[in-house]
Amino acid sequence: MATIQKRAEEGITDELALVQAAKRGDLEAFSQLVNRYDRNVFRIAQHITHNEEDAQDVVQDAFLKAYQNLEQFQGNSKFYTWLVRIAVNEALMKLRKRRTDRTVSLDEDVETEDGAMPREVADWSPNPEQLYGQSELGDILKKTVQGLPPGFRTVFVLRDVEGLSTEETAEMLGLSVPAVKSRLLRARLQLRERLARYFKSRKDGDSQR
Amino acid sequence: MKCTEFLQELSDYLDGKITENLKAELDEHLHWCHECHVVLNTTKKTIEIYRDNHIYELPDPLRTRLHDAIISKCRASKSKHK
Repeated sequence: MATIQKRAEEGITDELALVQAAKRGDLEAFSQLVNRYDRNVFRIAQHITHNEEDAQDVVQDAFLKAYQNLEQFQGNSKFYTWLVRIAVNEALMKLRKRRTDRTVSLDEDVETEDGAMPREVADWSPNPEQLYGQSELGDILKKTVQGLPPGFRTVFVLRDVEGLSTEETAEMLGLSVPAVKSRLLRARLQLRERLARYFKSRKDGDSQR
Repeated sequence: MKCTEFLQELSDYLDGKITENLKAELDEHLHWCHECHVVLNTTKKTIEIYRDNHIYELPDPLRTRLHDAIISKCRASKSKHK
């Protein structure tokens, strides 16, 4: 009774309480969980698939799978960690379907040396955000991250865009902590190298673009 | 310290996940190596620019549509299992 009153007065804000309610079949509680994380899942799915239609499917499929398998969620990890793991798997499956060779895996292209030894060593000035308009900058950022191998950009989006810890990222992807760290370093260096082509300082006399 | 050794520690340096001793060594290297200094700054900027400019936002109308689709699929799957 006290629980019901509390819920009526304050609404459920505690995540675990929402998960428990959803497990009992409370769709309103599950709907709140969707609201909490749909933007993140969409962003991650877009980064991995690079296809808006696929990303929309991933968001729907990931939440539906989470709902259908809530019983299996033990509460040892955060709900978000568990949800993202489902979403990453769905996104990688989409990517495999789109690719003819169907060999996409998180272990792919680990041996690449691209960016490992920096070639672009000029500073970025002025600030890239001043050099390009919002939509042009967005296009550059998309094009650049799309060039990374899937295993690298998946680690990059979880660690640097979503701000998850190395340990959480390792848990979500089923990778070791050193493997996550190595991919993150490579991803950061490769992105930096490629962005430098747009953002590096121009010498006097060079055109701005 | 060589530049390659510095680069190996770059991520941990940026994340502040290194010991005081190692940080002092890396700072010493940065003091005289202009190229590593630039690589450090521009890598930091790379991370910031992706973090601050969310390139894949979910537009509100699409968000509502996806939300409704998810909930109705969940409802259908619930009644199927009963």
